[in-house]
Amino acid sequence: MEVAQLLLGGISVGCVYGLVALGFVLIYKATESVNFAQGDLMMLGAFITLQFVNTAYWGLPFWLGVLLAVLVMAVVGYLMEALVIRRLFGQPQFAVVILTIAIGFVLRFAAGFIWGHEPLTLETPFAGRNVALGRLVIGVDEIFVIGATVVLTGTLYLFFARTRLGVAMQAASQNQLAAYYMGVPVKRIHGLIWALSGGIATIAGVLFASRGSIDPNLGLLGIKAFAAAVIGGFGSLPGALAGGLIVGIVEPFAGRYIAAGYSQIMPYAIMLVVLVLRPNGLFAQVQSKKV
Amino acid sequence: MNVVAGPFQQGEGAAGAPVLQVRNVETFYGAVMAIRGVSLEVHRGRIVTILGANGAGKTTLLKTISGVMDPEKGQILLNGEEIQGIEPDEIVRRGVAHVPEGREVFPFLSVEENLRMGAFTRSDDGVGADLEMVYAYFPILRERFRQQAGYLSGGQQQMLAIGRGLMTRPKILLLDEPSLGLSPILVQEIFDIIRRLNSEQDVTMMLVEQNAKVALNTAHHGYVMEVGRIVMSGTTAQLLDSEDIKEFYLGVTGETQRGQKRWKRRKTWR
Repeated sequence: MEVAQLLLGGISVGCVYGLVALGFVLIYKATESVNFAQGDLMMLGAFITLQFVNTAYWGLPFWLGVLLAVLVMAVVGYLMEALVIRRLFGQPQFAVVILTIAIGFVLRFAAGFIWGHEPLTLETPFAGRNVALGRLVIGVDEIFVIGATVVLTGTLYLFFARTRLGVAMQAASQNQLAAYYMGVPVKRIHGLIWALSGGIATIAGVLFASRGSIDPNLGLLGIKAFAAAVIGGFGSLPGALAGGLIVGIVEPFAGRYIAAGYSQIMPYAIMLVVLVLRPNGLFAQVQSKKV
Repeated sequence: MNVVAGPFQQGEGAAGAPVLQVRNVETFYGAVMAIRGVSLEVHRGRIVTILGANGAGKTTLLKTISGVMDPEKGQILLNGEEIQGIEPDEIVRRGVAHVPEGREVFPFLSVEENLRMGAFTRSDDGVGADLEMVYAYFPILRERFRQQAGYLSGGQQQMLAIGRGLMTRPKILLLDEPSLGLSPILVQEIFDIIRRLNSEQDVTMMLVEQNAKVALNTAHHGYVMEVGRIVMSGTTAQLLDSEDIKEFYLGVTGETQRGQKRWKRRKTWR
């Protein structure tokens, strides 16, 4: 029973890591640069949702608030790409990495300035409610997190596999030059991908917030999600989710069966082992170029 | 070898107004001038080939036409309208399809998805019919339509790249080194299809090739480029007859003494 309980908690945290990792990988695949502000986008998305939803602020209905926050953050993501990142086109990747780290700091302090540095709780319709399944007690928030992740990944899968824009996004990330030759507006596609990962980060933020409190340092969770993305194979979308689940599941077990502090070390330990044994990650799409 | 040039060759320009006109174009790679004032014309229904050695600027010329690179000077006219300096996706929409050197397929998309990417800029309902047309010319692609393009052989990837270019429904198809890295039999097969596409579907093409023999036997008109300039032009029949072309591009050598002399004379072209 204890194992099942730990597993369930691990999966639901893992879903959040997986979604943040998904944002990392989406941007990396499309633009070949790493957005280290991904975790802070998640934090910002959670706070914007809180601003819309909480009764102390605007008190909109929960689902409407989430929808609006996702849209707002998609615009933020798009503008970040169009106004800042695009100007670094042709510069070394290093410049983009440092820039996104800086953006992360700015977002963190801006959030602290607006919403304060004390932890706040997002008012969700299912906080504190439980469902008993035999002897297993499941929080409704955990069901919500897992269910939402399944629905979101399913939607994303259909989007990338079936829609014209989704296939064009894949094409642009697989071969940018050829995408140009086919008349794909690659720059606009990059902007849309940033918008998409802004939206996904917001959903991850809402899911995280539904399980506990949020504060401006929440974005540091992005580092753990980064480890998850590396474990899964940076560049593979299913890999990002799997990596997130692995990290999420290992954490509580390490904390329970080894020692409390180990839950914070294990994600990075796994990352190191994976990098040594399988440098491309567990689910990497490795392309050998044919001539 | 059969020369398909026959029926199209009655008088220059008989096939109508030029689809593509390049006028005094200069393009730079950083500080290096890669195209030094090139002018040429491609008429409707024709295949025009650009011959030249490595680094002559052929690929840069194609990139300049398709808008991936911008010319510093000069004009590029498509059906009389200037297209230089326009974003590449708009140029594709206006009817220039570029089949790049080295195929450049989308490796993790299926064959059919690759072809449909060619129709990305289109919103008409002829896409399905064009897909059938491409499959009719390249039956192997129909057989493998679900396979990831990265797993196709080099020749099949080349066919896919040409098919993808056709899917844009181009007014002119730019082909960059379609014979690159392929066996002689495959080169024959692909060029047979290129000739058929031209004669049966009336596809206008600009063909950049290092394999001068097959290019001259396919095209109607040819230009020879050297170090960014056009040094010679004419119908392919004329070019095939030219002593210089024979010696330096077709490898038909006379006595070495004469070859030496010609080499010197050729130097003065620059």
